[in-house]
Amino acid sequence: METTSPVVEIHALRKTFNEVEILKGIDLCIDKAENLVVLGKSGSGKSTLIKCMIGLSEPDEGSICIFGQNIAEVNYEELNQLRIKIGFLFQSGALYDSMTVYENLAFPLRHHKKHLGREKINQLIQEVLENVGLPDAGGKMPAELSGGMSKRIGLARTLMLKPSIMLYDEPTTGLDTMTAKEISQLILDMQRKYRISSLIITHDITCAKMTADRIVMLNEGTIVAEGTYNELAKSDDEWVRSFFN
Amino acid sequence: MAAETSLPAWIPCKRALLHAGEFSLFFFRFLRESVKLPFEGREFLFQCYKVGNKSLPLTAVTSFIMGLVLTLQTRPSLASFGAVSLLPGMVSVSVIKEIGPVITAVICAGKISSRMGAELGSMKVTEQIDAMEVSAINPFRYLVVTRVLATTCMLPLLVVFADCVALFSSFLAYNIHGDISLTRFFSLALSKLDWIDIFPSIIKSILFGMAIGIIGCYKGFRVEGGTASVGSAANSAVVTASLAIFFIDLITVQITDIL
Repeated sequence: METTSPVVEIHALRKTFNEVEILKGIDLCIDKAENLVVLGKSGSGKSTLIKCMIGLSEPDEGSICIFGQNIAEVNYEELNQLRIKIGFLFQSGALYDSMTVYENLAFPLRHHKKHLGREKINQLIQEVLENVGLPDAGGKMPAELSGGMSKRIGLARTLMLKPSIMLYDEPTTGLDTMTAKEISQLILDMQRKYRISSLIITHDITCAKMTADRIVMLNEGTIVAEGTYNELAKSDDEWVRSFFN
Repeated sequence: MAAETSLPAWIPCKRALLHAGEFSLFFFRFLRESVKLPFEGREFLFQCYKVGNKSLPLTAVTSFIMGLVLTLQTRPSLASFGAVSLLPGMVSVSVIKEIGPVITAVICAGKISSRMGAELGSMKVTEQIDAMEVSAINPFRYLVVTRVLATTCMLPLLVVFADCVALFSSFLAYNIHGDISLTRFFSLALSKLDWIDIFPSIIKSILFGMAIGIIGCYKGFRVEGGTASVGSAANSAVVTASLAIFFIDLITVQITDIL
């Protein structure tokens, strides 16, 4: 891990839905090539946090600075320029179900790297498919893929644009133990190979243990603890400790 | 249900106004986005193929039956006045000015508007639209603008095709009891028409196409919740688009009359 300025800085972030305060003044930062895990129960505000970071949800108060740019102050075009540098893996994979795996992977390239020829696109797609361990999946439709395969292809699609930051929304939810471990290992491999900074939203303690450089614990919209896996597992706070047991 | 019926009268009115406001914003966004670059030409052509080519068989069958039935039902009445020779002209005026555009549009509302509502609705609930948004691809321009422009361009072509098929089937029906050549039939049919009859029909078809596309996309885009709302969106898209077609028809007839 490097000691440079953080790539993501969140300050006093608040978000309310239907008069219920979901996020109550969140402060956190992510360093270059760091894997930060946000751990918490369902309904603790984890997904709202990640959606605010990518601009899918607008915060009520506070700031989210990514590479020094406050996303609340940029216009749509500038936000899109930032989004190109951020990969987002949805819980379901969110593959375009009318397209084959190959077309899913080519889709961001055709929009953002128009200068690339067919040969180069094929080469990049094959490279990314091999990185996620599915070299022969190009011709398949999303409906033919298992949950784990969909997540891998979802990850491959986000990697096509070589992002500097990855946001993972519950990457191991709904998967069996073995596949969940494989996805966690893949997240780790991607961080090492591409030196990506990652924010991983999860309630899967095994995933947190495998992937986290640092863990932030969220409860009812507030950060209640922060530290490494081992530090938090030995915490004095009973609620925090109970999560790890 | 009981709570729904006991609501004060102003609440449904407020909802209707909110929907109208939301729809207006959606429509203005479509107008704004449709002139911005880059234009998604590839997706536009694909949607033209889906809207146009895939609607051809259904349009052909309905318009064939329409021309046939219109001719068979009108012939006895005209025959009783000794005016069977006016039949081609009457059919062409009815089909080209009114029945062709309206029936084709209603068929397309059922086929295209529902498909768009369901397709975009399911993309919304499975986060595919969000996935597009976070990939820095404008989903409105990619999904909505292309689809609405495709229906706007393809519906007039489908109407022209439907008119031709209906006139041909009318010719076949005419020949069950009579004997007339195809050239003579079309010459009689088109002699009763002027450009001023055809022009409003084309304008009307363009507006119908735009209404079908924009309503289908609007209903799909505002789906929230689970898969049940996708079905409701598809259903609502058909009903709203069909109603819109009749309202647009009413308005264009009034304007044509004034002009």
